[in-house]
Amino acid sequence: MTDAEINMAEAVIRVEGLEVGFGERLVLKGLSLDVLRGEILGIVGGSGSGKSVLLRTIIGLLPKRAGRIEIFGQDVDRLDDQARQRLERRAGVMFQRGALFSSLTVKQNVQFQMREVLTLSPRLCDEIAIAKLEMVGLKADDGGKMPSELSGGMTKRVALARALALDPEIVFLDEPTSGLDPISAGEFDELIKTLQATLGLTVFMVTHDLESLYAACNRVAVLADGKMVESGPLSQMMESEHPWVRSYFSGERGGAITNRFVRQQEIRDGI
Amino acid sequence: MSTPPMFTSRKAGEQLYIDASGHWTAPYAGQLERLFDEFFKQEAEPQSVVLEMSRVSEFDSFGAWLLERLKREFFAKGSAVEIRGLPEADKTLFHEMTEVNKAASPADGPRGGVRGFLEAVGRAVVEFFIDFRAFANMFGAVVLAFLNVLRRPLSFRMTSSVHQLDRVSFQAVPIILLITFLIGAIIAQQGFFHFKKFGADLYVVDMVGILVLREIGVLLVAIMIAGRSGSSFTAELGSMKMREEIDALRTMGFDPVAILILPRILILIVAVPILTFLGSMAALYGGGLVAVFYAGMSLELFIERLKEAITMTHFQVGMIKAPFMGAVIGIIACTEGLRVQGSAASLGEKTTKSVVKAIFMVIVLDGLFAIFFASIGM
Repeated sequence: MTDAEINMAEAVIRVEGLEVGFGERLVLKGLSLDVLRGEILGIVGGSGSGKSVLLRTIIGLLPKRAGRIEIFGQDVDRLDDQARQRLERRAGVMFQRGALFSSLTVKQNVQFQMREVLTLSPRLCDEIAIAKLEMVGLKADDGGKMPSELSGGMTKRVALARALALDPEIVFLDEPTSGLDPISAGEFDELIKTLQATLGLTVFMVTHDLESLYAACNRVAVLADGKMVESGPLSQMMESEHPWVRSYFSGERGGAITNRFVRQQEIRDGI
Repeated sequence: MSTPPMFTSRKAGEQLYIDASGHWTAPYAGQLERLFDEFFKQEAEPQSVVLEMSRVSEFDSFGAWLLERLKREFFAKGSAVEIRGLPEADKTLFHEMTEVNKAASPADGPRGGVRGFLEAVGRAVVEFFIDFRAFANMFGAVVLAFLNVLRRPLSFRMTSSVHQLDRVSFQAVPIILLITFLIGAIIAQQGFFHFKKFGADLYVVDMVGILVLREIGVLLVAIMIAGRSGSSFTAELGSMKMREEIDALRTMGFDPVAILILPRILILIVAVPILTFLGSMAALYGGGLVAVFYAGMSLELFIERLKEAITMTHFQVGMIKAPFMGAVIGIIACTEGLRVQGSAASLGEKTTKSVVKAIFMVIVLDGLFAIFFASIGM
C-alpha cells in the first residue's frame, strides 16, 4: 500500500475543497480536512471564523456550495435517504446548548433514538439509558428530571449521554466545555478522554477552550480565513508562523496556559 | 458482514460452559436479550459458570451491559462466574459497566387506576384555586402598576403601547369586519327563512338589530381577540420567561408588570370597544344586504324598521361590556404567559389554557352582565 492508500483507510471523515456561504458572504473558502479513526481532533478558530458552520455542514445541517464530504469513505452527496440515515446513526452529535428535548425526562432523552431504531425490551432500554447516564457521571435518580431542572454542567453531560446512546463511531461536540466552570470543564475533558478510550470513539470537537485542547485533544486544526491554516499535534502549533495561530497559542492568555502545559509535559517526560 | 449473536452451552459436571459468538452490539441487543431469557428459563443453578467470549466479533456498550447483567443474574443464583477471552480493548468497557445500574431506576409517568384518577381530580381542584389566586394577584399587580402610571404619567410605555395598539386593533380590523359581516348576514337569512312562515318578516330586522348590538357583536369580537391576541400575548410572555428575559428586567430594577403587561392590558381595554363598534356595524350591514337582496325588502323600509327597533340603550349595553371583556382577556393571557415553565410543551399548554379560559370567562361575564342589565332595566 502506498502512503496515500493508508491515509484513505484511516480517514473517517474526509473534507475536500468545502465552500459554504450565506448570501454574499463566503464563510468557508475551499477548506480541506481529514479526521482520522480513533483521534480526538480539536477545531479552533476565532469567533465567527466558521467552526460551527464547518461542524453543521459535515453533519448535514447546512448546504454546501462546493466541495466533497466523505464519511466512512462514502460521499454524502451520493447517498439515498436510507443510506444517509444509516450513516447518521453511526455518528452522535452534542449541541452547544444541549438541545435536549424539553418535554421529555432526561432518561427519555437518552432513550429516544434507542426506542425508535432498535427493538429492545423496556427493561433493557431503561438499563442501557441509566448505564449511559452513569458513564457520563450522573446518577440514576437524575434520569427522572426534566431538562429545565438541570444545571449547565448536567445539561452537557446529558447531551453527551444522548449523543452516545447508540454507541456511535464518531461523536461531534460543539463547544463541549463552554459555559462550564474550570473544574467542571476539566472533568468534562477527562470524561471525553475516558469515553474515547473505552468506546473507541473518534471525536470531532469544536472548542474555544485552550485547556480542553491541551487536556483532551490528540490533534488540533486551526481555522482562519475560511481555511485550515494549520493542523497537527499541539507541539507543532507553538512553532507555527501564522499570525493568528501565534497570538492564540503564545498570546497573553494562551501563552500562560501553553507554558504550564509544556512544563507539565516536560516533568512527565522526565526532562 | 455482521452475524447475529450466538450462545451455546454445555455442562461439565457442576460447571456450565458457555460459548458466545457473533455481534454483541446495539442492533442485536434485543435478540441477545431474548436468547438470555430463554436460556435462563431452562437452566438450573450451576455451581460455576465459564463464559468464553473470544469468538465474539463485535462488542459495544449494549453487549457489555448484557454481559454484566448475565454475570449479576448468575451471581444472584449463587454461581461463580468467570469471563474468558475478552479482548483487552473491550475489557475497559466491560469494567465500566460493572459500576452502573446499581440503584433502582426512577419511575416515570403518572399512576393509573383509581388512585391515579383520585390524584388527578385532587390536583385539578387545587389547580383551580391556584389559578384563581394567580388571576387575583395579576389583577392587583396591574392595578398597582396603573396607579403608579397615574402618579408619574411619563413612565408609561407610549411607544410600546402604540405598537401593541396597531397589532391588536388595526391589524385585526379586516378579519373582524369579515367575520361579523358574515354572521350578521347569516342571522338575517335564517330569520327571513323561518319567520316568513309566520308572516313576521318585519321582526327579523328587530332581531338582527338587537341581537347584534347587545350580544353578538361584542361576544364575537371578544372571542376572536382571545384567540388572536390573547394567545400571542401568552406565547410572547412565555418565551420571554423561558429565556430569562423577564428575570433580566427584574434585576435591572424594572417591574415586568408595568413594562410588559400593563400596556398590553390597557391596549386591549381600548381596542375591544373599537373593534366591537366596527364589528356591530359590519354585522348590521350584512343583515341589511340580506334583507334587500335575499328577502326583497326595500332599503327605506329596512332603515325605517331598524330605527324603530333599536334604541341607544341596546348600543350602550354592548359597548359597556366591551372594555371588561378586553381586561379579562388581557389578564388571563398575561397570567398564563408568566406561568410558563422551561419546556416547549409547557408553552403550548399555557397558550391553549389561556385561550380556553379567556373564551370561557368572556361568556360567563356576558351572562353576569345579562342579569345585571335586566335588573337595572337596560
